[in-house]
Amino acid sequence: MTDQERSRSRSREKSDEDVEELEITEEESEADLEGLDDLLDEIDSVLEENAEEFVKNYVQKGGQ
Amino acid sequence: MALRKVIGTETEYGIAVRTDPEFNPALGSAMVVNSYPGPRVRVQWSYEEESPGRDARGFGHEGYGVSDPEGTLVNAVLANGARLYVDHAHPEYSAPESYDPLEAALYDKAGERVMQRAAASATERLGGERLALYKNNSDRKGNSYGAHENYLLARSTPFGDVIRYAMTFLVTRQLFTGSGKVGSENGRPAVDFQLTQRADFFEEEVGLETTLKRPIINTRDEPHGDSTKYRRLHVIFGDANLSEVQIFLKLGSTALILAALEDGALPDPLDLADPVTAAWTVSHDLTFRQPLELDGGGTATALDLQWRYLEWLKKYVEKELDEPVWYQVLTEWENVLDDMEADPSRLSDRLDWAAKRRLFERYVDRDGLPWTDSKLAALDLQYHDVDPGRGLYHRLASRGGLRRLFTDEQIEAAETNPPERTRAYFRGRCVTQFPDSLVAANWDSLVFDLGEPQLRRVPMLEPLRGGRDLVGPILDEVDDAADLIKRLGD
Repeated sequence: MTDQERSRSRSREKSDEDVEELEITEEESEADLEGLDDLLDEIDSVLEENAEEFVKNYVQKGGQ
Repeated sequence: MALRKVIGTETEYGIAVRTDPEFNPALGSAMVVNSYPGPRVRVQWSYEEESPGRDARGFGHEGYGVSDPEGTLVNAVLANGARLYVDHAHPEYSAPESYDPLEAALYDKAGERVMQRAAASATERLGGERLALYKNNSDRKGNSYGAHENYLLARSTPFGDVIRYAMTFLVTRQLFTGSGKVGSENGRPAVDFQLTQRADFFEEEVGLETTLKRPIINTRDEPHGDSTKYRRLHVIFGDANLSEVQIFLKLGSTALILAALEDGALPDPLDLADPVTAAWTVSHDLTFRQPLELDGGGTATALDLQWRYLEWLKKYVEKELDEPVWYQVLTEWENVLDDMEADPSRLSDRLDWAAKRRLFERYVDRDGLPWTDSKLAALDLQYHDVDPGRGLYHRLASRGGLRRLFTDEQIEAAETNPPERTRAYFRGRCVTQFPDSLVAANWDSLVFDLGEPQLRRVPMLEPLRGGRDLVGPILDEVDDAADLIKRLGD
């Protein structure tokens, strides 16, 4: 596939709006990270104890 | 006009008892099926009409028996028309035949609910030792189990064309069909994280196998219907997904390619020089920029090729189809490709691999973990746990971190109500109304015991016949199975 074909195959060219959206995402990333860390804390509270043993014991033979 | 792409998924679930690593998975799977507390009928799954050793390329295959005798022992048909049974050493849910990809995605999710309830019930029987089920495809130790998709095709569609068009599509759709996996296996090069659970296990382009040397295109020719009119494309190259949007997009985009192919609406196929290597490359490439070699020279990325398919199918849908569901497929598809190009992290609200990656990367950054740390492997496995309290997918989805297409109420309803526009409707209603008379089942027939010397078989060779329109009024009126058989014979 040539570069020309490639750009033709795109449905839309990137517009100024897309660029603006990206900037907003970056500004919000601190808050996102805090939310994500809350989630990590929640997950840590339900995560199987002894990860190493949990993973080691999970063996599935006989599948398609 | 292409034949309607009736769709059904089949998923083998991973099984473990946390406190007992020696737990026998075949017995455990039987316990799962037998513990399921919802409406179901234990049946003999009649194999005489099935022929998994028949090859779509036109030749038989030595060494495939008629059936796995153990597999016939634990089989149930559910009120939604699904089959719940033990396949190899896994519990498997085969969803009822669905009329469109949105409905097929709903019934795939209903299967998770079936497994979740069955696991909870089995856990009680084990005196509280938790039996866990995982909707994934790998134990990360070189063992894989399947998540298959089935699409109805016209017998007249040349299988050689299906192979050519589907091959490159299936390899490149991994961009949005992968459920994500920490690490690699089966001898593939080491990676921190990859897009799919299954790619590492595929080693051939085309073939009949499903458990060894798995092929990207599986040639099993077993239409589960009138074999003079139908084929069934049995897609084994895909992951079990939890994200509702992702299941819908996977099934919808694949159904569209097949419909357009049947209508002769596709330009020349885009053949890859080496599809198997390309499949591994796509799954392992988190930059989305790796070029794939094309047959006949030149290269393209998986994303380039997906844009091409989308353009073709936009034209096809605008010209041929008017149901809103197909436009919904195109919209989701375009948004995914756009976001992948601009900022792939945006996909974490709708693709399992992207949701996992965002989570795991934060663990790596926050806790300074190497990707090989067993905590990441544990998180990877637990993402797929069907228990809503434990499964990380469920924790994310309940916080709004993953977009949904269905409400919990819709999924609950789909657990006991069959699709209304396929023969699954007849099957499901019979489970609800005549549980004591139904003794055997198959995708294309039901067998009733009316207390007579001979059993009565009702053939269902047409996947689109047996819906509510046709059999609903009869089922509403009849009192018992004998009455039903009499009315159907009139």
